[in-house]
Amino acid sequence: MPGITGKDTVLMDYANKLAALDAPKGRSLTQDALRRLSKNKAAVVSIGLVILIILVAFIGPFFVPWGYSEVDWTSIRKPPDFAKGHYLGTDQNGRDMLARVLQGTQMSLIVAAVATVVSVSIGVIYGAVSGYFGGRVDSLMMRFVDVMYALPYILFVIILVVMFGRNPVLLFVGIGAIEWLTMARIVRGQTLSIKEKEFIEAARASGAKPFTIIMRHIVPNLTGPVVIYATLTIPEIIIAESFLSYLGLGVQEPQTSLGTLISAGAPVAEVLPWMLLGPAAVLVTLLLCLTYIGDGLRDALDPKDR
Amino acid sequence: MSGNEKEPILKVRELSVEFTIGSGGLLGGKKILRAVKNVSFDLYQGETLGIVGESGCGKSTLSRAIIRLLPASSGQAVWFGRDIQQMNNTELLGLRKDIQMIFQDPLASLNPRMTAGDIIAEPLKIHMPHIGREERALRVAEMMQKVGLLPGMINRYPHEFSGGQCQRIGIARALITNPKLIICDEAVSALDVSIRAQVVNLLMDLQKELGISLLFISHDIAVVRHIAQRIMVLYFGEVVEIGEAEQVTMDPHHDYTKRLIASVPVPDPRVEMQRREERRRLRKAAAAAA
Amino acid sequence: MALLEVKNLKVDFLTDDGPVHAVKDLSYTLEKGKTLAIVGESGSGKTQGAFALLGLLPKNGRATGSAVFDGRDILNLPRKQMNAYRAERIGIIFQDPMTSLNPYLRISRQMTEVLELHRGMSHSAALAESVRMLDAVRISDAKNRVHMYPHEFSGGMRQRVMIAMALLCSPELLIADEPTTALDVTVQAEIIDLLVDLQEDFGTSIILITHDLGIVAGTCEDTLVMFDGRVMEYRKTEDIFDNPEHPYTQGLLAAVPRLDRKVDRLSTVSYEFMAAKGDA
Repeated sequence: MPGITGKDTVLMDYANKLAALDAPKGRSLTQDALRRLSKNKAAVVSIGLVILIILVAFIGPFFVPWGYSEVDWTSIRKPPDFAKGHYLGTDQNGRDMLARVLQGTQMSLIVAAVATVVSVSIGVIYGAVSGYFGGRVDSLMMRFVDVMYALPYILFVIILVVMFGRNPVLLFVGIGAIEWLTMARIVRGQTLSIKEKEFIEAARASGAKPFTIIMRHIVPNLTGPVVIYATLTIPEIIIAESFLSYLGLGVQEPQTSLGTLISAGAPVAEVLPWMLLGPAAVLVTLLLCLTYIGDGLRDALDPKDR
Repeated sequence: MSGNEKEPILKVRELSVEFTIGSGGLLGGKKILRAVKNVSFDLYQGETLGIVGESGCGKSTLSRAIIRLLPASSGQAVWFGRDIQQMNNTELLGLRKDIQMIFQDPLASLNPRMTAGDIIAEPLKIHMPHIGREERALRVAEMMQKVGLLPGMINRYPHEFSGGQCQRIGIARALITNPKLIICDEAVSALDVSIRAQVVNLLMDLQKELGISLLFISHDIAVVRHIAQRIMVLYFGEVVEIGEAEQVTMDPHHDYTKRLIASVPVPDPRVEMQRREERRRLRKAAAAAA
Repeated sequence: MALLEVKNLKVDFLTDDGPVHAVKDLSYTLEKGKTLAIVGESGSGKTQGAFALLGLLPKNGRATGSAVFDGRDILNLPRKQMNAYRAERIGIIFQDPMTSLNPYLRISRQMTEVLELHRGMSHSAALAESVRMLDAVRISDAKNRVHMYPHEFSGGMRQRVMIAMALLCSPELLIADEPTTALDVTVQAEIIDLLVDLQEDFGTSIILITHDLGIVAGTCEDTLVMFDGRVMEYRKTEDIFDNPEHPYTQGLLAAVPRLDRKVDRLSTVSYEFMAAKGDA
C-alpha cells in the first residue's frame, strides 16, 4: 500500500479539504437518546426538579438564618414562625427545621452519589469481565456474587463499622460495595448478548486485546442499561441509608439526613406535623423524579425504538 | 492463476473443528459436533477462492479456525510456512494484521458508539501504534476515498449510513493494515441487488489494485462464480468439490453440487422453466435412490 | 371480474422526523388463479403495500386509496371483519415462519383450531384435514409429524408448515412475503416449486413479494417492479425479462450475477431516471 509519501498530492488535497471542511459531527446514539428524552415532558420536569433540589441543598444553607445544629432556646417545638426565621418550624431541641432539611438533603444526595458511583464502577467492570470471558471465569465470578448476595448486608455494614469506626462516607462506600451485585448481574447479561455481535468478532479478528475490547467496545454499549439501573439505584440507596440511620449505624447527630429526619418526625407527626412534612416532601419529590427520569431514559435509550 | 509453481500463501491440511455441546449440566452427557471435517486446500497470492455451502455447512467455522478465533481439533493451517496453531502471541498479532475479515451484517459489524473514522482507524491503533495522530487521520482519509466514501462522513456514526456504505466502512477497516488476505464472510449477502453489484465491483477492483488474496465465503454460488477463480463446495463440513469456477458451475461432478447449481434461480423465465423440470427430475432420482 | 384490484394505494407513516411515504402510488389487478410478483429492493414499499391490504400496518401507518377484493373494498376495514377475511379468504406467508407459529403449541393443535373455528369441523375431521394439508406440502410422515412442536422442524420444514396453515381454509388469495429469503438455496428451490405446484392444484391466486428477480422468472405470470414507493414497470413476466423498458428494471437485471453467463464486470443500477423524471 502506498504510505504517506510526497507522491500522493491528490491525497494531500483530499486531506486538506477534509481539514478545511471540518467534517460535520455525526449524531451519536447518546445524542439521539437525549433528543428523545427532551421530548418527554415528565422526564424533563423531573430533571429540572432534581437539579433545583441539588442546587438548593448545596447553596441554600448560606442564605438560611439558622445553622443546622444551632439551638434557638426561645423556640422549641414551634410551628413555622416567619418573624424568627424558622420557615419550617423547629424540632424538639429548638433547631431550625429548614436548615436541617437542607443539610439532610445534602447528606442524602452525597451518600447516593458516592454509593452509586462505587456500585456502577465495580459492577460494570466486574460484570463485563465475567460476561466477556465466560466459561469457568464467569462461573467463578458469578458464584462469588451469589455468595455475597446471601450475606445479609446489615451484618456486612456492622463489620465495617466495627473495623473502621463510624465514618458515614466509608459506610456508604460499603453500601455501594453491596449494591454493585445487582449491577454486575445486569451488566453480565448484557455483555453476553453484546459479545455475540459481529463488531466484537471484528475487533477480535483484527487482534484487539481483551481489555481493549471490554473498555472500547463493550462498556460504551452498556450505557443504556447502566444509566437506567443507576437512576433506579439512587432511591434504593437513599432508603437504605434511612434504615441504617434509624438503627443508629448511619449519619450521626448533629448531622442528619432525610431518612433520619423522617424517622424522628414520624412518631410525633400528630403533634408536630411540620417535623415530618418538610423532609417527607423532599424525599417523595426526589424519589418520584428519579423514577420518572429512569422511565424516560429507558424509553429514550431503548434501541427497539429505532 | 493457481496452477503455476508458486508456493501457496495459505495451506490448509486435514483441518477439523469440533464443538462440545451439552456439557453444561453436571449430569448432562457431552456430545461432539464436528463442524469442519478434514478440509484441505491451498490459497495463492492474488487469488480469489470461493467457499460455497448452505447454512450449517461449516464455512464460517472454517474461516474462524484459519485465523484462530476458534481452535482446530486436528490438522493444520499453515500461513507462509508457519502453522497457525503453533504461533506465539507476537506471530498471532502479525497474522491478524495480515488476514482481515469482512462480515455479513454491515451494521452489526460496526460498533454503534464509534464514528466511521474511529472504526476504520482501530486496526491501525492496534498494529501500528507508533504512527501519529495526523498520519493516522491521513491514512483513514485515503482509505475512505479508496472505498468510495466522502470525506465529510468521517465523524458520522454507523446508524447514519446505508447498508452499502456500512459495508464500505467494513472494507476500509479490513484494508487499512495492508493485509495479504481478506476473508469475506457472506460479505455481500445482506445487501440489495444494486448495492451488492457495487460492493462486488469494489472488492474486485481493490483486489486487482492491491494484489491481495480473497477467501470469499457465500451461499450464493452465482456471486461466487463471478468473483472467484476457484470454488470449493462444502457440505456438512466436508469438501465435496474443489476446482476452477467455470468447471464447478458448468460441469459439477458431485451430486450435491449438481443439486445446488440446479437450485439457483436464473432471471430468465424460459431457462427457469427448464431448470424446474431438471430439479423435479433430480429430486425424483434422489427420492428413488433413498 | 378481477379477484383483487388495487388502485392508487398510498401508505404513510408518521414518525418523529415527520411523515414517511412508504408507498406513493401502487395500482395493480390480479385475476382469479393468476400469480403476480411484486419485486423491489429494501425500502421500495413492496411489503408495506401488501400489509396495508391486510390491515397489518403498525399503529402509526395510514393507508389511502382502494383495494377491491371480490367486489368489496377491504382497505381499512374494521379489525373484526378484516380478521374474518384473513382467516378464510386470504392466506399469508411471512419470511419468518415463527412469527405465525406458536412455539408452545403442537402443530396439530394450531392447525385443527383454525379448521374447527372457521369451518366448524369436528376435531377428528380437522386432524385428518391437517394431515392431508401437510402431505400436500410434501412433509413426509405427516401423520406423526403433525403432533410435533414448531421448533422440532427445520427452517424449510417450518416454512412448509406455514404454507399448509395458510392454505387450510382454501383461501382465494395467498400473499407470500419473502417466503424463502431466510432459507438455503436448495430449500428455496423446493419451496418455490412447491408453491407453483400448489397454485396449479388449488387454483389459488398468489402475490409473491420478493427482492430476488431469479425466483420470479419461473414462477409468476405478471411482474410488478417497485422502487421508492412507486411502480416502475408492470407487465407480463416474460416481457419484463426479455425486454425491460424501464431503466431501473434494466439496471436491476444487469446487476444480478448469473450462473449461466459470465461477465467481466457487474453493471450497477443508475438512478439517473429519478433526476430525469424530476419529482414525478
